[in-house]
Amino acid sequence: MSVLVVMEQSGGRWHRMSWETLAASQEIAAALGVGASAVVVGAGVGALATELADKKLDKAIAADHALLGSYSADGYTAALAQLIEREKPTLVLFPHTYQVRDFAPKLATRCGRTLVSDVVKVRAEGGALVLVRQLFQGKLSADYRCAGEGPHFVSIQAASYRADALVAGTANVESFTPELADSAIRTKADAPFRESARAVDLTSAELIVSVGRGIKEKENLPVVEALAQALGAEMAASRPICDNGWLPMERQVGSSGQTVSPKVYFAVGISGAIQHLVGMKGAKTIVAINKDANAPIFDVADYGIVGDLFEVVPALTEAVKKAKG
Amino acid sequence: MKILVAIKQVPSRDSYLKVDASGRWVDESDLTFEINEPDAYALEEALQLREKHGGEVVALCAGAGRAVSSVREALAKGADRGVHVAEENLAGVDTFHLGQLLAKAMAAESPDLILTGLQSDDLGHGQSGVVAAELLGLPHATIIMQVELGEGSIRVKRELEDGWFQHMTLPLPAVLTIQSGISKLRYATLMGIKKARTKEIKTTTAAELGVDLGAHASIEKVYAPPRSKQTLMLNGSAQEQAAQLVEKLQREVRVL
Repeated sequence: MSVLVVMEQSGGRWHRMSWETLAASQEIAAALGVGASAVVVGAGVGALATELADKKLDKAIAADHALLGSYSADGYTAALAQLIEREKPTLVLFPHTYQVRDFAPKLATRCGRTLVSDVVKVRAEGGALVLVRQLFQGKLSADYRCAGEGPHFVSIQAASYRADALVAGTANVESFTPELADSAIRTKADAPFRESARAVDLTSAELIVSVGRGIKEKENLPVVEALAQALGAEMAASRPICDNGWLPMERQVGSSGQTVSPKVYFAVGISGAIQHLVGMKGAKTIVAINKDANAPIFDVADYGIVGDLFEVVPALTEAVKKAKG
Repeated sequence: MKILVAIKQVPSRDSYLKVDASGRWVDESDLTFEINEPDAYALEEALQLREKHGGEVVALCAGAGRAVSSVREALAKGADRGVHVAEENLAGVDTFHLGQLLAKAMAAESPDLILTGLQSDDLGHGQSGVVAAELLGLPHATIIMQVELGEGSIRVKRELEDGWFQHMTLPLPAVLTIQSGISKLRYATLMGIKKARTKEIKTTTAAELGVDLGAHASIEKVYAPPRSKQTLMLNGSAQEQAAQLVEKLQREVRVL
């Protein structure tokens, strides 16, 4: 039995969620009483694997091949399937990134197994694995029990484990050269790009007022903008608002937008789907205003107001103005 | 050009959810259902591609008997034909086995392009398109914002993290998972609803498709999520709630 964690890198730089997943693998391996190893996939990633030499791991493996220099689901799947065949891990962990969402289901299927994705906690119960994940965009939680010998494939949600819990130690650095043919990679990807330079940097804002579907129509936005103005806060929004073009994309907070950590984050009419929460749950204080008392946003809020935003927000704007004199 | 769109029927977005007597799923008796939102965008993309390039759009839905209403809705919006894989309790089936069911049903149609939403609003695994692609031996691309049809290939715009994007080209046939919100959804017209009544919906089952529905990992327990924080709920009228919050912001958070 052993745990294998697939670390993500791009252009020689680690994805920050890789460290959280590495910490998760150490914790789970300890609970199971087995060892953990890590693999990094790419071209010329030996130096990156060496960076793992001072972590408590059995092995740090560089899965290296010229054809893995830029990401493709075909290349990553072929390389990792060969490595898994060789290492025979019981549990394979991934950070739940966009890239993992693209290839990990394919890899698990190639190995004849299922992937349980976006898991927030892995527990060992009497030798069996129990995986905790959210259902219905965070409205409910569920425990999944793994059956059989594995390998079990699991991706770990952002901020579920703490990177600063990583345990130091030593790891043997190895390299693995998968067999890959040019023709096996069917997709051709161009270089990544950004639509426009970001004029708004929400990451340095101290106060953010963020608006979601609850606003209903673009014409209603001034209600929330007035509050932002009274507070001296930046305006932000959840994805549907930016998709509709009601606020520019650069004001979007969440997994596809910016990750913010202001002193106070006001979530107005935002239900709190996980894609939004990962972008703002680092805020020091969270205020949630929503008509649905069961909205997941209240699970992360410090202060909650259940009510009609069209009554609460104007009242709050007036109260803020009064307080500021 | 034959486009297959895989849609899922899920509880309506604002549903109040209760855990059922088994403790393993939600009580569906009082719920209303709708097409999973990202799948609705996949259907819209398919209809727009057909309007530009011609061909046929087939809507495929695996789910309980009630799910046939979502197939009917897809037909009313403009899909040409429907396939309903009638199976109860698919929530207990894992993504690998569900993928086999979908892949078998898809293969029977030999489509040139398969579209589906990037994830479902209920289980949220975000895997069906990718698992089916692997089982069908087809290339795939996920979280797609734009689709341009070429000669025997397709060029797409993929969303990456933190506001980055990427264009990529795939040979056809291929599978794409579509991001929510990439276009404007059409409503079914009265004429569309009328027409849908005469369109064909083929019904099949896992047994007919020769798929064993099992699970390597299955739901053992569903429950209200534990609160990660102690939330102070502010009560009273809107004015009272506002006054309490301002006081907290001044005295405890110290930002005003």
